[in-house]
Amino acid sequence: MARKLPRKDVVIIGLGWTGSIMAYELADAGLDVIAIERGPWRNTATDYPPGYAADELRYRIRHELFLSPSQTTFTFRNKMSETALPIRTWGAFMPPNGVGGGGVHWNAETWRFLPSDFVLKTHLTQRYGAGFLPEDMTVQDWGVTYDELEPHYDRFEYLCGTSGQAGNIKGTIMEGGNPFEGPRSRAYPNPPQDQPFGHTLFGKAARELGYKPFPQPSGNMSRPYQNPLGVRLGPCTYCGFCEWFGCGNYSKASPQTTILPALVRKPNFTARDNSEVTRINVDGSGKRATGVSFVDTAGDEWEQPADLVVLSAYTIFNVQLLLLSGIGKAYDPAANTGVVGRNFTHQTISDVVSFFDPAKFVFNPFIASGAIGMCIDEFNGDNFDHGPHGFVGGGYMGHVQTNGRPIETTPVPPGTPSWGAAWKKAVKENYQSAIKPGTGVHGSMYSYRDVYLDLDPTYKDRFNRPLVRITMDFHDNEIKQNKFLTDKFAEIFQAMGAKQVHKEYRKAPYDITKYQTTHLCGGAIMGTDPNTSALNRYLQSWDVPNLFVLGASAFPQNAGYNPTGTVAALAYWAADAIRSNYLKNPGQLINA
Amino acid sequence: MQRRTFLTLAAWFVGTTSLTHATVIHNHVPWAPRPNSPPEMVRPGPWQFFTLDEARAMEAIVDRIIPPDPETPGGKIAGCAVFIDRQLKGPYGSNQNLYTLGPHTHGTKEQGPQSALTHAELYRKALAALDKHCKSTQGGKSFAELDADAQDDVLRKIESGEIKFEAVDAKGFFSALLKDVPEGFFSDPIHGGNIDMVGWKMIGFPGIRYDYRDWVGRHNERYPHPPVSIAGRADWTPAKS
Ligand SMILES: Cc1cc2nc3c(=O)[nH]c(=O)nc-3n(C[C@H](O)[C@H](O)[C@H](O)COP(=O)(O)OP(=O)(O)OC[C@H]3O[C@@H](n4cnc5c(N)ncnc54)[C@H](O)[C@@H]3O)c2cc1C
Repeated sequence: MARKLPRKDVVIIGLGWTGSIMAYELADAGLDVIAIERGPWRNTATDYPPGYAADELRYRIRHELFLSPSQTTFTFRNKMSETALPIRTWGAFMPPNGVGGGGVHWNAETWRFLPSDFVLKTHLTQRYGAGFLPEDMTVQDWGVTYDELEPHYDRFEYLCGTSGQAGNIKGTIMEGGNPFEGPRSRAYPNPPQDQPFGHTLFGKAARELGYKPFPQPSGNMSRPYQNPLGVRLGPCTYCGFCEWFGCGNYSKASPQTTILPALVRKPNFTARDNSEVTRINVDGSGKRATGVSFVDTAGDEWEQPADLVVLSAYTIFNVQLLLLSGIGKAYDPAANTGVVGRNFTHQTISDVVSFFDPAKFVFNPFIASGAIGMCIDEFNGDNFDHGPHGFVGGGYMGHVQTNGRPIETTPVPPGTPSWGAAWKKAVKENYQSAIKPGTGVHGSMYSYRDVYLDLDPTYKDRFNRPLVRITMDFHDNEIKQNKFLTDKFAEIFQAMGAKQVHKEYRKAPYDITKYQTTHLCGGAIMGTDPNTSALNRYLQSWDVPNLFVLGASAFPQNAGYNPTGTVAALAYWAADAIRSNYLKNPGQLINA
Repeated sequence: MQRRTFLTLAAWFVGTTSLTHATVIHNHVPWAPRPNSPPEMVRPGPWQFFTLDEARAMEAIVDRIIPPDPETPGGKIAGCAVFIDRQLKGPYGSNQNLYTLGPHTHGTKEQGPQSALTHAELYRKALAALDKHCKSTQGGKSFAELDADAQDDVLRKIESGEIKFEAVDAKGFFSALLKDVPEGFFSDPIHGGNIDMVGWKMIGFPGIRYDYRDWVGRHNERYPHPPVSIAGRADWTPAKS
């Protein structure tokens, strides 16, 4: 029997980036808030102190800060006609686990989406005509605009102390920034990070080719910073153990370094860690959530009643909990009905590895941070005319030197044997003079009718619940996009003076073993029509109005940027709607 | 929840570490003046997973995957076999963190590995098969007793699929070697390989120095300082006189 806990105003499922933001906002509004988190509490000093944080084997290779597939995983297949099989060891993405969520071990590349990304369907149809889009592509407008989100992007960047160079302040184009970005209300809170040798070469070559390179907006601090909640971050030391790792310097923006110290001081906030929510409970009408059920690591079952439920468990776990709780109509790709699981997307990433003359180039690849880098945005979104190219979408591309860690980053020229004396010699010769950008080409992935999530008929998790089944493949549009972008990207390395440039195009079929990013999107998307979206424009469930679902699961399709800037802006946007409207009159905020 | 589910669940929790006790956090940061999960250092000493015969074969193999050269020792001196021995004895060897429930079906390449074998079982079976193969084709000699060229030849044929083993996927074993041996050569010496940081010295990786603020702006200049590992550096401990 589950033990029943005293009722709270709000229960938050998952204390990662969005859970922390919402918990703070609602506790700040005076509500009694509890957050329930599947993984352990994590702190800089106790969990990743500099004395041992920099352990490549432990954190990068064995994924110690991540969810273990033994705890739960997903099944995968390319096509609806195939039988999905479980992901036994992580590959294409790496789900977070524990307080702070992905914020603990992300790179902190902190982007905004383009204004046209939010009205994608309308924009593309107006510019190119409806016939230009592939028939099975299911892109949609978001129901929210860039201008509406701008103040919320700004809040997240000032929370994080983002280091960057503005490209557009209130319509004025700023030298050295990204001229394609939407207008921002003010400059970044911190100047860009210092750039190592390779990045400056990349910037110079890109400029000579006529592009407008700019430093990547980074949540790694370029100087000490105190955020509006009074929490302080230290300067980044370019240690090169950032992505996959916790930061021992308090210099990477994360819930731990920006919100949690202020949040845990609020007497009306409680967190429970090592506790996994197994179900969102609804009353007999099916239209009202009554709270959640969870199991802790002692195996004890609990019930937490609450008036408002916030689901912020990360894309795919959000969808899983909706499906298992029977909230919203499950998507059926054959009939093209239902919404939960629909429009699932990832990213279209590729890289170019370049080899320079070791006698002339010393890049010191280990002088690095997760989000440092020089980028160009000429080929993102609809920043260029797609008419002649026959595809839509795009991405930023950049030289982002995230690490010189030797298990991961010892590139050798193509054709080198993979072991033995020749391999060893090539590793030694090229370590200092090869460039393998951490990001490369960061392309969009648009949504399709046959790419979706549902529950697997065969495989179960440790609670004997069905695993989520991923059906996903690359479509021609993305493959064409990637070819075009990768070729453009390679030209820049050529211009930098590389003696050999190796293009690693992204190809179909989608491969679950090859890491791309952990930018899974969609499955519980926002929109203006309950027939094609699970959430309204405030991330409120159409079906259960006292449930809000945060995270990239709300993206109708993925853009050519990292998601978290937009994920966090949407969380603030939803929090604002709850604080200023919902609490006054709890109920559906939109009449559909 | 049904009793059966609960029992499986309880078994799962027993396998998890003490770090995973559920706690209630209210009005305070759960702060402890000590690290939560300090690294465990591999100690030298007897083999923990390999038998003596297996260890001999492994030392020969790691020295062909990463052969010695005049400047840098090979996999054997670098401790790659010790590294793999300790890894196979631990959670990696038993696939502790992986999803291991069935059914185990062979799928497409894009669906990833589906084998029911643990890493430890893979090595055990493959090393036995390698021994059998060598003894029956090389006049009774084990892999370790062959000369370097003959060893390379056997490895090359496993890599290409020309040599197959009966009970276990020979190519799969070779892929594991291509991952595990360089990991031993390049991971922090606390894990038992990369002894004296030879792998890091070979390429000029400074290890866990953690602060390059003074060097980020010094473009195209070689970083001058020697590497440091999680356990420090040999010359920090005064030599015994
Ligand atoms: C290696 C890596 C690098 C990345 N780099 C970048 C980057 O540079 N830029 C960028 O924009 N994005 C990056 N991301 C993505 C970024 O981490 C996510 O977009 C972000 O963390 C999403 O926030 P969230 O709140 O939706 O989910 P999370 O931060 O993942 O938080 C979700 C939380 O919910 C918990 N949870 C899940 N299920 C349950 C349950 N049933 N019960 C209780 N709790 C549960 C999880 O344990 C987790 O703590 C990166 C991700 C990874 C893994």
